[in-house]
Amino acid sequence: MLDIAVSYDKYKFLGNEFLTWLWYLIETDVNIKDMTQIECNTLVLETGNCIGLENSLGDDAVEKISIRGDDAGLEEGRTALKKGGVVTDINLVLRMDENEWRFSIKGESMNITSLKVPSTEKIEEKDEIEGAVLERIYLINTVFEVIDTLFKTFIKKRISDEWKTVDLPAIRTWASL
Amino acid sequence: MSLLSSSLSVARYKVAGKIEDPVMETVAEGLKKNAITTIEDEYAEITIGWTPFESDFEPDFDKFTFTYGHYFIFSMRIDKKSVPSKIIKKYVAIEIAKKLKEDGREFLSKNEKTDIRDAVTEKLMRQIPSTPNIYNVLWDNENSSVMLFSTQKAANEEFETFFSRSFKLKLVKLFPFTMIEYSDEWKDEERDKVMNLTTLNLKGKIDA
Repeated sequence: MLDIAVSYDKYKFLGNEFLTWLWYLIETDVNIKDMTQIECNTLVLETGNCIGLENSLGDDAVEKISIRGDDAGLEEGRTALKKGGVVTDINLVLRMDENEWRFSIKGESMNITSLKVPSTEKIEEKDEIEGAVLERIYLINTVFEVIDTLFKTFIKKRISDEWKTVDLPAIRTWASL
Repeated sequence: MSLLSSSLSVARYKVAGKIEDPVMETVAEGLKKNAITTIEDEYAEITIGWTPFESDFEPDFDKFTFTYGHYFIFSMRIDKKSVPSKIIKKYVAIEIAKKLKEDGREFLSKNEKTDIRDAVTEKLMRQIPSTPNIYNVLWDNENSSVMLFSTQKAANEEFETFFSRSFKLKLVKLFPFTMIEYSDEWKDEERDKVMNLTTLNLKGKIDA
């Protein structure tokens, strides 16, 4: 088995490609709910206020592009994609039924930062702590359930025969628009 | 850093191996034996230990619970001393001036200055109280998974080592490769295909 540090570096591209694919899904209005098994009426993923891209220029030189703001947009990002870039981190908004989560995810580590989960009741008595904690855990786990399911779907596609003939051409077409 | 705070950062781990039976007792023993000390070691630059989720500064696992539903929740506390460089510089200058006056000299050698600097730093480190940092830990033993509510590299590294030492269990950080390698949901042939993937290029016609 590969050394952990070596495998982190060698396969971090999978996380970046996953985020790029997520961005493609969001921008092309693909129904993400159908890709998850989560029981809900509506499930929508949107881009938030920040996106980072990286473009390898060869000889270990890397061009980094960071786009911030509420309209984090997307023209500059698409230009970077056209030049061969990938998304390295992205701020996302997950809306499930009436609930909303906001978070940033980094491709190489899959770490989640700035996670804001739907608000819950304020703790007023000591005996309310356990209930509040368990509710929080449920809300945190929901984000990971969505991310893990989408990551699995991406990897299944990425190793499938259809990747080269269906998915990759579609992503290239979107990136070059 | 708290799992109840309004903005969270999360790093995830898979627990490699099984905890010794009886599970509750093993976890309790690991926490109690490695709880943060209540008496500050004036010579220690850094002190690490477990403390209950509901009690950052009274590390008493008999008084405070670590079980919530089927989860184990507690905190890693890192107490660290650090003296701002400007304070060290100020006291070094004072000590050098004092020494010059006492000896009636105009200069000190490089070694003398280094000795003064070391002595000043050691004295200040003893005097200054350590700054505590609290990181919540969420351990789901049923799914062999652990979350640390921090993505700081140093905190994660300290946590991996300290968790392993406390519970005799290895933690594997979850990132793209390990999410596949350490998951039961993948067949060997699928893992092999993943291992053989190379970076794709959206602008060119490179094989995926």
